[in-house]
Amino acid sequence: MSTSSPSSSTSKSAVPALAALAAALVGIAIAFAFYVAPEDADQGISQRIFYFHVPIALTAYACFAWGAVKGLLLLWRKDERYDLESYVAIHQGTIFGSLTLLTGSIWAKASWGHWWLWSENQLVLFLVLFLFYSAYFMLRFSIEEGPRRANISAVYALFGVVLIPVSFLAIRLAENIIHPTVFTRDGPQMSGVMFLTFCIAWLAMSVLAYALYRLELLGKRLDSNLRELRELLT
Amino acid sequence: MSQGEYVAAAYGVVFVALLVYVAIIAAKLARLERETAELAELARTRHADV
Amino acid sequence: MSYLGDVATLARKDLRLELRARDTLPAMLLFVVSTLVVFHFALPEGADEVAAQGLLWVALVFTALLGLARAWAPERESGALEGLVLAPCDRSAIWLGKAAAVFAFLSAVELVALPAFALFFGSVDAATVAGVVLASIGICAVGTLLAAMAAASRTRELVLPLLFLPLAIPLVVGGVGASVSSEPARYLAFLALYDAIFSILCWASFEYVVSE
Repeated sequence: MSTSSPSSSTSKSAVPALAALAAALVGIAIAFAFYVAPEDADQGISQRIFYFHVPIALTAYACFAWGAVKGLLLLWRKDERYDLESYVAIHQGTIFGSLTLLTGSIWAKASWGHWWLWSENQLVLFLVLFLFYSAYFMLRFSIEEGPRRANISAVYALFGVVLIPVSFLAIRLAENIIHPTVFTRDGPQMSGVMFLTFCIAWLAMSVLAYALYRLELLGKRLDSNLRELRELLT
Repeated sequence: MSQGEYVAAAYGVVFVALLVYVAIIAAKLARLERETAELAELARTRHADV
Repeated sequence: MSYLGDVATLARKDLRLELRARDTLPAMLLFVVSTLVVFHFALPEGADEVAAQGLLWVALVFTALLGLARAWAPERESGALEGLVLAPCDRSAIWLGKAAAVFAFLSAVELVALPAFALFFGSVDAATVAGVVLASIGICAVGTLLAAMAAASRTRELVLPLLFLPLAIPLVVGGVGASVSSEPARYLAFLALYDAIFSILCWASFEYVVSE
């Protein structure tokens, strides 16, 4: 039942380097967000939350997509290691998704005085996705470990990735019938420096997510190898 | 809370989440260290018997 | 045997089983009417007709969940799912046959629910009916596959609503929009899109849900 990655064994892990890179990029991103980027004329200082809120959201989407790709690979190639990679990717996506909801909520409170806004499509979409992927964990941990669980998890991950655009469309359509759009936000017309800051923050979040993904995979594979070792010794 | 404090709260939440993650990894490392020590002991006794 | 022949055989088997046992359909009928009555008491004074339209969809989604929870019960109880999977038919035919049977049950329930709703809360127009039909297709397609996933789980009935509700949200939006909005065509088109996309996905992925 080993799930060792084919590139491990005696080669040096990329994880420490990735983590260091992530740390550096996040540091630079924070510096840019607070010291380099100019203050927004309309929204004031609360606009700075966006430099991390939107990249975190985009990174969450990327994690879910990565999880779906690994799921597809599992169904196609039937290699067990894709199951763990898919699971860890979705786990990271859920963590970043929760952070999206938290930072988004704080921004809503700062800008509009409410901790939740049904008019913010991205927040509502993340709420739906959060519910969907939370159910992923409920499902996965109620099925016995094995190929059946791996297959079902992979199919569910694919459903998730299809749900993202469909839900987004639904939420857009819902705007006209559910709540009057009282709170509007102009799309960020970002100046050059703001856009640069945004890109740096996005790169930082992506590298951070990837570093955490590799770190978690490392931990889980270590767990599984130890279990195997224990079985061999006792 | 002033606007600036909300911004700090948002960044703070991300920072704290990261630290919580580090704590979880640290706990996991400690457990793994214990397990490998146990397994090393087991291997040593096996080796001695052989 | 042809593919559609297999599907028809499987669906007919389910309908015949239900006709004999008569446990799921009466329960769903009673549930939907009871739910509508509860809604009457749940709507405060002065709540408008539009709010009631939304509640129709809540009733339909939860009634469907009730039926879906029992969708694979005959196979589970007799251990027949393994046998079906080994049968020479395409695995996706199993899904299609079961989804068709569930659709038949849900439609039968809606034939009662919609007049009941019209009786209790006010009229039901053509757009609403179209919305109900289209949404039911989506509910049955996706719900049948999710119910098969839940059947593999230890917590079966507990996990099915968790899996189903997030995927049902777009259907509720489409359905309520068709009932309430002045441009129902957009919402009906969206429901058709959902049905097409998810039916294809279910059809293609069902065999992985039931196989090792």
